[in-house]
Amino acid sequence: MSDRALRAPLDRPNSYIGRTLSRAGAKRAVAGRGRYTDDFSLPRMLHAAFLRSPFAHAKILSIDTSQARRQHGVALIMTGAELAKLVTGPWIGTLTCFSGMKSAPQYALAVDRACWVGEPVAMVVARTRAEAEDGVERIQVEWEELPAVTDKATALDPKTPVLHPELGDNLAFRKTIDTGSVDAAFAKADLVIEETFEFGRHTAVSLEPRTLLAAYDTATGKLTITTSSQCPHMLQHVFAHTLGIPQHNVQIIAPDVGGSFGLKIHTYGDELATTAAAIQLGRPVKFVADRLESFMSDIHARENTVKGRIAVSKSGTIEAFDIDVLSGAGAYSQYPRTSVFEATQVLNITGGPYRHKHYRARATVVYQNKVPSSQYRAVGHPIGNSVAEHLVDQAAYQLGIDPIEMRRRNIMADDVYPTTSASGIKLKDLSHQRCLDALVDSMDYAALRAEQANLREKGIHRGIGIATFIKGTAPGPRGYYGVGGAPISLQDACVIKLEPNGGVICAVGVTEQGQGVDTVMGQIAAATLGVPIDSVRVLSGDTDATPFGGGTYGSRATAIGGEAVYQAARDLRQEILQLAGILLQAEPDALDIVDGTIVDRSDGRQRLPLAEIGRIGHYQVGELPNSVQPILSHTRRFRLVDDLYIFTNGIHGAYVEVDTDTGFIRLLKHWVVEDCGRVINPQLADEQVRGGCVQGIGGALYEHCLYDEAGQLQNGSLVDYLTPMASEMPDIEVVHVQTPSSVSELGAKGVGESGTGAAPAVVMNAVNDALQPFGARVTAQPITPQSILIALGRI
Amino acid sequence: MSEETAQIVLTVNGEAITRTVAVRQHLVDFLRTELGLTGSHIGCEHGVCGACSVRVDGRVVRGCLMLAAQADGAEVVTIEGLTDTGEIADLQAAFVNRNALQCGFCTPGMLMTAAELLAEKQAKSREEIRTFLSGNYCRCTGFQAIVDAIETTLAKRLEQR
Repeated sequence: MSDRALRAPLDRPNSYIGRTLSRAGAKRAVAGRGRYTDDFSLPRMLHAAFLRSPFAHAKILSIDTSQARRQHGVALIMTGAELAKLVTGPWIGTLTCFSGMKSAPQYALAVDRACWVGEPVAMVVARTRAEAEDGVERIQVEWEELPAVTDKATALDPKTPVLHPELGDNLAFRKTIDTGSVDAAFAKADLVIEETFEFGRHTAVSLEPRTLLAAYDTATGKLTITTSSQCPHMLQHVFAHTLGIPQHNVQIIAPDVGGSFGLKIHTYGDELATTAAAIQLGRPVKFVADRLESFMSDIHARENTVKGRIAVSKSGTIEAFDIDVLSGAGAYSQYPRTSVFEATQVLNITGGPYRHKHYRARATVVYQNKVPSSQYRAVGHPIGNSVAEHLVDQAAYQLGIDPIEMRRRNIMADDVYPTTSASGIKLKDLSHQRCLDALVDSMDYAALRAEQANLREKGIHRGIGIATFIKGTAPGPRGYYGVGGAPISLQDACVIKLEPNGGVICAVGVTEQGQGVDTVMGQIAAATLGVPIDSVRVLSGDTDATPFGGGTYGSRATAIGGEAVYQAARDLRQEILQLAGILLQAEPDALDIVDGTIVDRSDGRQRLPLAEIGRIGHYQVGELPNSVQPILSHTRRFRLVDDLYIFTNGIHGAYVEVDTDTGFIRLLKHWVVEDCGRVINPQLADEQVRGGCVQGIGGALYEHCLYDEAGQLQNGSLVDYLTPMASEMPDIEVVHVQTPSSVSELGAKGVGESGTGAAPAVVMNAVNDALQPFGARVTAQPITPQSILIALGRI
Repeated sequence: MSEETAQIVLTVNGEAITRTVAVRQHLVDFLRTELGLTGSHIGCEHGVCGACSVRVDGRVVRGCLMLAAQADGAEVVTIEGLTDTGEIADLQAAFVNRNALQCGFCTPGMLMTAAELLAEKQAKSREEIRTFLSGNYCRCTGFQAIVDAIETTLAKRLEQR
């Protein structure tokens, strides 16, 4: 069958590709019929609660559980030492791709020593959660407090205590990228701008906390874990190997997931302990983190200090970037994805939209007595984009060049791809120029500048921010997890089947957390096959029902999983047309499937309902020649071959007002133009961008896990930790430029993190644009009213 | 020590309920675990996120800040009841059409709050709608689609009056 005929379904006028369809999951959720992990109960189910370290760093001298054991309803108490005997060993969060990286062995429950406030130390399992918590209160621990390493700036000083003596120092990882001649480029530059940036620790704050329900069938040895996870197959591997259970006897079910954002791609000690308890007791055990536990034990992210420099010529040509990144990993490198990605990504993407040839970037990742930090939505991008885009703006101001014009002079042209960035990453199919033009139109940039100037005369200080970006999406196996040895699938899979009634079952390895993954996979399957969307049912989030895959992380679901669905559906379609050709005595090429019916390709005449192929293919196979064996089930896997990521690009604009008396920032409007390749469902893509932007704005203006010098978390509640709420957020306009990816036939790229990656940069630029007449600027996020008043010299 | 308990008699979604509850049990835990009404969610357990919002005697309250024992004699309506009566069918349809939810965990609470706003039968600006929602945390949507869905529903209802 010709390639053109195969691709045709995607481009049909009534194709489901490029069409907004609502989500079946949404209809359930609005009726209160969502099913999240905590909504499941099993017979004889028990509840786990955890005693957590009250100190950032302390020796555990003794644990007395005698009183707790007498507590009403308590079925089991487990300490770290007891749990250690039930598992194959501690986790070590290193990957071989990070040369020279080191991390200490980490126990699921602390043994002998706790290394951060909130580290789980002992578990109580009881009939109710309240009784389990009562039990926790009755455990007596004798602690010896040790000096805590909290400030990453001094973590490598000789006087600073070493957190894990066996590592020799507090260094986790170092990496340098250097094109050479960077010093020379700076020496001869007309203008050099230098700045230090601070990025505060923050965390995902999914509304549904981490939740897990483990059940072990002592008769068959099968372990079933229902959990709020993005990556069921990764968890299957980790739990199986850590608990010594054959991987194929572990079923992971991720039902409705109440928000994830990268938080739920990791493994956590309390979850492993809960599972070990279920095995030991032969009874189901559930664990639901409360909000304080979430703040103290969910991965954190973004704690980075960056010293950045830009070298520019008089004409506004960017000659070089030079950055030095210091990143706080927390107490351990998070297993199995590590805690060095954030810094690594900053090195990869900083200045990525621009044509400069000289680039030097150093990363130093250090350990400290805080919660491990790790991958969270748009890993590294908010940092790299904020640094580069601030430096570009400041250079533009000093040269008297408009920020839009400055970018126009320096962004990569749309016709240079494939190319390689100064950082060494391969870039394909990008569209900076078209996106810039679209943003200028969308914002009505000139009018906005005129309004800004006008209002400035009246003492109203508004700022316009611009931020270009690239975003690594859909990681490939030549990148980190794959070559680094992590038990994480970088490819993804689809099994698609035609049922006897003509219905289609489409099982995928990527997972749904409300983005609309199931809907998008259904749209791709239906469009490729030529069937009504209602005749396709998508299965995801259950390792017993889906092909092995990586799950959803790194903006990969549509780009990787979607391509697998496309290719599998294309194979099924081909078989259906071959069977139809035999039954109708026609050439398969002369037939087509339209709206669930086999038709003549030439004139659309209806020949056979798809249900007939299902019926004959499953029940009446005797009607077919002996040499023909219907399969009607097709599997495809898809991966990137050579590329590190599918890079995407785009540009944000922001309009803000700064009250120079109070330091308050009002977000007036936000614009995004982004290129995620072929858009499958425009509304879902838009909403990914909007939600992502607001999450980025949270990091730029509000969110901060505050620690004191002793390593005590100061704000572990939603009262004290500020998140974006409806009343502060702006309306966001989203425009898509579509440059299909050349690495897949579907041409989709990732979209879920683009908003988060650049929103902090554009908001910081907009605030600084407002402060420009005062010669003031802010470079620490979150940008607080206080920091603005300090910058203005008011306090 | 065994739990101190109290007997409560109340109406939940129009159904008469009599139960013995632990005096320390929160209303939302009671609804979820004792009555199986899992549409009300637990997000923060300290009254900030709004995921546990339920209607008690006509007013929206935080199910995590009220004890089950305090609901003795009360009339409680959860998202399940609100759905069954059809009171917010238009709002629910607008949420689905506008994709005003992603993970859906905040949605029952968001709908409860929005239902209260709609019940005021007053025209509201987008800013006023945003302010009304300021006690409901959503991490997924960025709020714009939620505001759109409520604005559309309100406009339609006011038009039909």
